[in-house]
Amino acid sequence: MKPSREVGIVGWGVYVPQWRITSEELARGWGREWKRYAAGIMVEEKSLPGLDEDTFTIAYEASVNALKRARIDPAKIRAVYVGTESKPYAVKTTASILVEALGAGGDARMTTGADYEFACKAGTEAIQTSIGLIGSGMIDYALVVGADTAQGAPGDALEYTASAGGAAFVLGPSSESVAVIKASLSHVTDTPDFWRRQHERYPAHTRSFTGEPAYFKHIMAAAKALMEEVGTTPDDYDYAIFHQPNGKFPLRVGQRLGFTPDKIKPGLITPYIGNTYSGSALVGLSAVLDQAEPGSKILMVSFGSGAGSDAFHIEVTDKVVEVRDLAPKVMDYVNRKRYVDYSTYARYRRMIKMLHDFSSY
Amino acid sequence: MWAYWLSVPEHWREIPARYRLEGGQCEDCGFKMIPKRDVCPRCGSKNVKTVKLPRRGRVLEYTKVWNPPRGYEYYTPYVIALVELEDGTRLTAQLTDVDPDEVEEGMEVEMVLRKVRVSGESGLIAYAYKFRPLLK
Repeated sequence: MKPSREVGIVGWGVYVPQWRITSEELARGWGREWKRYAAGIMVEEKSLPGLDEDTFTIAYEASVNALKRARIDPAKIRAVYVGTESKPYAVKTTASILVEALGAGGDARMTTGADYEFACKAGTEAIQTSIGLIGSGMIDYALVVGADTAQGAPGDALEYTASAGGAAFVLGPSSESVAVIKASLSHVTDTPDFWRRQHERYPAHTRSFTGEPAYFKHIMAAAKALMEEVGTTPDDYDYAIFHQPNGKFPLRVGQRLGFTPDKIKPGLITPYIGNTYSGSALVGLSAVLDQAEPGSKILMVSFGSGAGSDAFHIEVTDKVVEVRDLAPKVMDYVNRKRYVDYSTYARYRRMIKMLHDFSSY
Repeated sequence: MWAYWLSVPEHWREIPARYRLEGGQCEDCGFKMIPKRDVCPRCGSKNVKTVKLPRRGRVLEYTKVWNPPRGYEYYTPYVIALVELEDGTRLTAQLTDVDPDEVEEGMEVEMVLRKVRVSGESGLIAYAYKFRPLLK
């Protein structure tokens, strides 16, 4: 899938909360031995939101950083999309708050805004919609965010990875872009590997069924179809970013497709901050843009449970160098950290409640 | 209704100040204020225009809150600071992402947007500016 007008990334930005808990401490909370129980997922520690943080506040700071690099007036943004599965309101879009906070669409707020949902690929889905709007000439700039404060049930395997963070991208015409999105396609099937029902606090998943028929099948199908359409092979790419539910899967799927670990590791951030769900692949892409040389070719394939994958062929331009230092980089946020113990974690994630708490959320 | 103990219209009216740090400047005496008022508190002029205030500043004074008003119980202890922005405008705000024992007078801070008050499980989430130590 290619638009009639080429579209690219004009600016990128990320945000990761400063709070961290180690996998070892999470295992200790449940009397498990970390080395035997959780070391295999290759996530050393994960981020968690502070008491006053949620998907909106994460989306906001990532967007401010993206706008610093895009160097455009927010009034020119005519589409604001937030991909997330941890919306602050079940009904009231996060995008509406973001439009107002950034001043998108000018004083009259003439912009579209919506939240996207497709488990962990909601953000990349919003990128595809924006490519349609910009590529068709309906609008010139869009702001897309993938952000989450992911939920892992107490004591569940997901508790070791479900984390908080996000990335934002200002998309626009390719002539102003730091990276051009040359092509993109998607693969979607009904594969119930992970879901959360209405009114439930925590998602349900199908353990090892989330691997082969879900993650691996969809990413590999989308990646292969895109490479065939563009006429590339793994050797043509300098970087590959795959959805990062843990530290192990992206390397394994890359290996099966023919990508060496040195092409995957620059964008592999989950081992340090956990899985930011809708932010996962997009934080990885940001980490690559933080360091990629002009001319680099990037393959990004997201994965959303349920299930589907969005694949992107991206080429970095000369402009990347001049805007790179205008906002904090992924590693600046990764390295800004304060550790909490399990009891503080339980309080921050609102797993335990105060007797007289009038602000419960 | 319990969900609405926080006034929704009041929050909505204050959105320009709370989200974007939009204040007022007196066109006669130059005094800057946040939130914007119709009448300049310094000279009484009614010529007050809207201005966007800088996002950076420094802590002038601060206090650690242990006995909070209703709605802030879960966040204690937290710090309320008198912040002087780069252009000299003063405002009071919560500090965040900081250990209360590490706060100092003169500390450089920057604006972030965070949840300030939440009306229970079913009510409004009021986002507003807070300040945190300047990111390197």
